[in-house]
Amino acid sequence: MALKLLGQKLGMTRVFNEDGVSVPVTVISVGPCVVTQIKTEETDGYNAVQIGFGELKARNSTMPMIGHDAKAKTAPKRLHREFRTDDVSSYELGQQLGVDLLEQFAFVDVAGTSKGKGFAGVMKRHNFAGQEASHGVERKHRSAGSIGGHATNRGTGPKVKKGKKMAGQMGNERVSVRSLEVVKVDADQGLLLVKGSVPGANKGFVEISEPSRLYIGKAAKQKAKAG
Amino acid sequence: MDTQKLIESLTAEQLKTDMPRFDIGDTINVHYRIVEGDKERIQVFQGVLIARRGSGIRESITVRRIVADQGVERVFPLHSPKVAKYEVVRRADARRAKLYFLRDRIGKKRRLRDRRRGMKHVEGMSTVH
Repeated sequence: MALKLLGQKLGMTRVFNEDGVSVPVTVISVGPCVVTQIKTEETDGYNAVQIGFGELKARNSTMPMIGHDAKAKTAPKRLHREFRTDDVSSYELGQQLGVDLLEQFAFVDVAGTSKGKGFAGVMKRHNFAGQEASHGVERKHRSAGSIGGHATNRGTGPKVKKGKKMAGQMGNERVSVRSLEVVKVDADQGLLLVKGSVPGANKGFVEISEPSRLYIGKAAKQKAKAG
Repeated sequence: MDTQKLIESLTAEQLKTDMPRFDIGDTINVHYRIVEGDKERIQVFQGVLIARRGSGIRESITVRRIVADQGVERVFPLHSPKVAKYEVVRRADARRAKLYFLRDRIGKKRRLRDRRRGMKHVEGMSTVH
């Protein structure tokens, strides 16, 4: 893992690229993130940088967290995340990390908390087809149907297989989207424009990180950009 | 700044400012850039503006014309760089915002009245938005 920044999803719009094609983009307000802790091999067993982001009233924070952030000489932050890096020497406590760090990437990964859909049935949650409207179907039009008759984890048996798709909570969970194209980085306003959608509602917090893995075509573009 | 305004400001520079003023019902020419290989040429699509929807950079127009007795409608993103320019050919009178009723009309009924209502308003009208 490498560089990770925190931001807030602002909304979506579109821009025309140089070919005149309309590109849907999500606007993310990134940082400034503050380095709140530096973990090293000697003290913590691994090398990592912890960053804080988001305003928070001191009375809504806790004394341990206020003290923790005070070590980096910053006001208490709402969110803290850490990313591993081999070399922590270039980071120092209280350092501000801005969106300009993302300029070197052609693609980024974005993770956020998806919009909660509540307790959803199988048709909405798992795209099941439901049952027929007539032909004797009564009050079961949106049901999953039989859940038995499938193999269990140990071959056939009396139990329902683990992980069987059923109704339940949908959304409000962590979702990552990988390899989103960086359309524009606006360092002045701290904005990042990525192609496509990003999980969560507007004003939701998102994590933006260096792409963990790219397809060959995208990797080539990244290489071209990095020079 | 208000989030919505901030997002709009990002696309402000891509909005066209040199457009002639046209309203629903007007017959317009849309000069559309077509790239073939490394050559670029301009194709003109003439038709009646029957709908205009969206705002800001999302705004699009629907232009309808009759080709070989067949109705053809094209939707252009208003601010697309692929549209070289717009020209107003004829101004017409339309009493509603969406002229979808033209789809059901045949023959001479397709034609819209020339704009007579308040001609003064047409003459004195600014040509730019």
